[in-house]
Amino acid sequence: MKGSQWTNLPSVLRPGRYFLQGDEACAEGAIAAGCNYYAGYPITPASEIMEHICRRFAQLPGRVFIQMEDEIGSIASVLGASWAGARAMTATSGPGFSLMLENIGYAIITETPCVVVDVQRAGPGTGQATRPAQGDVMQARWGAHGDYEIIVLSPWSVQEAYDETIRAFNLADRFRVPVILLMDEGVGHLRENMTVPAKTSIYQRWKDLSRPPFGEVEVPPMPAFGEGARLLVTGSTHDAWGYRRTSSPQAQQQLVERLVSKILNHREEIQRTNTHFCEESKLDILLVAYGFTARSALGAVRLAREAGIKAGLLRLTTLWPFPENMVKELGAQASHIIMPEMNRGQMLREVQRVVPHAAGYHRTDGEVITAPEIWTAMQRILRSGKKRALEGKDLFS
Amino acid sequence: MKKGTTASIVKYIRPRTFPTPFCAGCGHGILLGAILRAIDELELDFSQMLFVSGIGCAGWIPSPHYNTDTLHVTHGRPVAFATGAKLFNPRLNVVVIGGDGDIASIGGNHLIHAARRNMDITVICANNLIYGMTGGQVTPTTPRGARTQTTPAGNPEPPFDLARLVAAAGATYVARYSVWHVRPLIAAIKKALQRTGFSFIEVLSTCPTQYGRRNENPTPIGMLRALKQNCISMERAKTMRPEELAGKTIIGEFVG
Repeated sequence: MKGSQWTNLPSVLRPGRYFLQGDEACAEGAIAAGCNYYAGYPITPASEIMEHICRRFAQLPGRVFIQMEDEIGSIASVLGASWAGARAMTATSGPGFSLMLENIGYAIITETPCVVVDVQRAGPGTGQATRPAQGDVMQARWGAHGDYEIIVLSPWSVQEAYDETIRAFNLADRFRVPVILLMDEGVGHLRENMTVPAKTSIYQRWKDLSRPPFGEVEVPPMPAFGEGARLLVTGSTHDAWGYRRTSSPQAQQQLVERLVSKILNHREEIQRTNTHFCEESKLDILLVAYGFTARSALGAVRLAREAGIKAGLLRLTTLWPFPENMVKELGAQASHIIMPEMNRGQMLREVQRVVPHAAGYHRTDGEVITAPEIWTAMQRILRSGKKRALEGKDLFS
Repeated sequence: MKKGTTASIVKYIRPRTFPTPFCAGCGHGILLGAILRAIDELELDFSQMLFVSGIGCAGWIPSPHYNTDTLHVTHGRPVAFATGAKLFNPRLNVVVIGGDGDIASIGGNHLIHAARRNMDITVICANNLIYGMTGGQVTPTTPRGARTQTTPAGNPEPPFDLARLVAAAGATYVARYSVWHVRPLIAAIKKALQRTGFSFIEVLSTCPTQYGRRNENPTPIGMLRALKQNCISMERAKTMRPEELAGKTIIGEFVG
């Protein structure tokens, strides 16, 4: 795209190895990506992101931190800052994320780039503030009202908390969308080694005052307030220059169509998956997992391999847009598919949409799923021969 | 051209935005003009101004009419959006315009916290005592006893005194005028725009369509006359007995 480009910025942290917490790595990733506005409200298990950003912004020029009065104020001020030219972020957990969703919908229709981190905890409601869960997958996908596509990334390690946060900022500016970084308490509070490279690749926002900021091209230019663009930004259905067109079927159709297709047309660029032990053309059993659960799944694959079972892991780092081609391709090669998740099968249903014989393994008790219990479940399904033996009530018995 | 005249403020209006969406007799058109007259008289750089507004009739005062950067946001949140824009780019002259439902009800939390923080923005609340766009429901500023769509037997709840609420929360400039009192209103807007810190102006506006016709005052001129009669200046109020002040609204500068 004209006027926009990728630039390599020198790393903010000295390049090298660090021993960090997932939440801290996410904060450092944001800083490396050029995040210069952060607004937040305290909530477990995401508060460490805000605290780390607060301490680090104080040492760096041109970066603004504020603790707002609530989560709605946090996301609202993030969007206001984004239109003022900021690379803006907020972080929260499930209950706070629920509060933010109206304004996330506003960000989608106004095409306002920002990064929203949701470090999931067990719910619903206040639930278990300090326990892990992966229950916000569908909320992240469909929490705002109306029809839209959204980008949701899910890191599984401290390294990825850093790398995927940087990628989230780039995707947000590249496609002018809010990008959700969906961690879980397991990853957020995990401490392990990570490496900071010397350079960070950054996508610069496209600015062009002569072209309409809300249409004409797939991802329109986005000038900032005060630059003379006379921006007319509204959450109502609007035309290419921002004028309200709330009773025009054509305007609504065109706008929604573009909001959806600007993501779907670039699926391949957004979708990131990893495979482990998936080299054979035919697998006995394929595990599909994401986030903290993928670590246990990899452990279970190793246990299976030791027992001579041809097992593999497909790990989803991009949850939405759902990497269905990859799931379909690998799933077709596997006799059995199991998706372990710390929820009652939110992503499983999406996987089953493309590979109907996939079975789920779930925990919703605020405990992480362990490698040995996945291995036990794998043995059960292999013994029974039934493709979907793990479904239904027996899961929880 | 003389500053602050109708001919002089037309340049601030976005082309293709007239006629306005406001009902006949709505006070918001007077406020729309008053804000532009204040800006014109001060000769502010309009291109460095940002107008943030929420949902409701008053949200349409700047959006789409004002021909500079405008941000028309979710219901109740304009003060929070404005906070982000102002903090990130302090050179912007940020003005929030919203109704009583937007600013004082759903947005009440953001209002008092922005005042407490003394955010350097100007908030103008067009208070017509009712939810106009959604069909005439009760708001936190509807007078006790007033009839609305959701208080058919009369509002049982006492209203907020917005100017005093915001003054108590820590704003550096607080004033209340009505769309009848246009000259002092423009003077107050000028002060607020020049003041560093959180400035708040409550502007009593008329809504014959949703408020007046349910409360035995259905004509635009009748509603304006009522503002003239019921608004008492602070100086005059000092000389009046409490029983004389019952049902009256005190106007003037609460924090100067």
